[in-house]
Amino acid sequence: MEAAANKIIVGEKPEGHEGHGFFATKLDKVVGLARKNSIWPLPFATSCCGIEFMATMGAHYDLARFGSERLSFSPRQADLLMVMGTIAKKMGPVLRQVYEQMAEPRWVLSVGACASSGGIFDTYSVLQGIDRIIPVDVYVPGCPPRPEQIIDGVMKIQYLVENESLRRRDSAEYKAMLNKYGIE
Amino acid sequence: MMEAAAQERLISVVNEKFEGEIIEAGMVKDFFTLILKREKIVDIIRHLYHHAETQFQYLTTMFAVHYPDQNQIAVVYQLHNLSKNQRIRLKIFLPADNPTTSTLTKVFAAANWMEREAYDFFGVLFQGHPNLKRILNVEDMLIFPMRKEYPLEDQTREDKNDLMFGR
Repeated sequence: MEAAANKIIVGEKPEGHEGHGFFATKLDKVVGLARKNSIWPLPFATSCCGIEFMATMGAHYDLARFGSERLSFSPRQADLLMVMGTIAKKMGPVLRQVYEQMAEPRWVLSVGACASSGGIFDTYSVLQGIDRIIPVDVYVPGCPPRPEQIIDGVMKIQYLVENESLRRRDSAEYKAMLNKYGIE
Repeated sequence: MMEAAAQERLISVVNEKFEGEIIEAGMVKDFFTLILKREKIVDIIRHLYHHAETQFQYLTTMFAVHYPDQNQIAVVYQLHNLSKNQRIRLKIFLPADNPTTSTLTKVFAAANWMEREAYDFFGVLFQGHPNLKRILNVEDMLIFPMRKEYPLEDQTREDKNDLMFGR
């Protein structure tokens, strides 16, 4: 796919063979390309990082440019769980249930210091990082991170979505990782 | 702020039925405070609720305070007379080893959640409470986190070390 006249880059073409009227490539490359540009995020926003996410979704930063126009407020339809904000220990089981309700393939983006490590809330009532209860694919540092950083995190997720095996959920490594968290 | 005459009147209302229960009375900053013996606290509050001169019929708040030096836990009640706009604070001391007192829910239904909170954070046992279980913290928590012997910080945190944070 070539750059259009108004300099919009449409997308990278995967490796493959082409000739007149045909293009042959691997199925997982095509599916990865499609998935990468149609991620439905589920925003799990609890505090100030959620405000930054609102800016990220707004017209100025516009996460929709990356194919995430449509937020999913049902975990069952979501591809990407975006956890933004402090997760209290009492919220932990709720977050875990939301993750468990998501269908494979699913990814998790941990936005901000609190979701990633507890942040400044080094206290008995706050979960010291969501990776204690659910697996996390990408961490975005910052307190709170700027919208550019959140977009960068989403692009890292896109890289994973594009390049991971289509059936990563079948891999022994992935199953072992979920077992470590006591999921399934 | 309550005037001196009103304070005297209030003390005499308590003494009408509960002579000798007041340990100390005085202003704490701008708040009239009575320190009471612990045994009859609920009866005294009920008396102040129904008595025509006091009518403390609104429980503004109640909470606990831990005094580790004295090994005591105080339970503090703040009452409000809405018609005269008078406020009063009542304070009782319980031994920290066995902080047990009677529930106020028979007088104020609003005490239900406040007592659960005092139990949750300080372990104060309110006898006769209809549902004394944790209210804000996770149910499987083993400690009473606002007691001074328990550290504020989460002890499982890994990214803080002595070099950076003095831990």
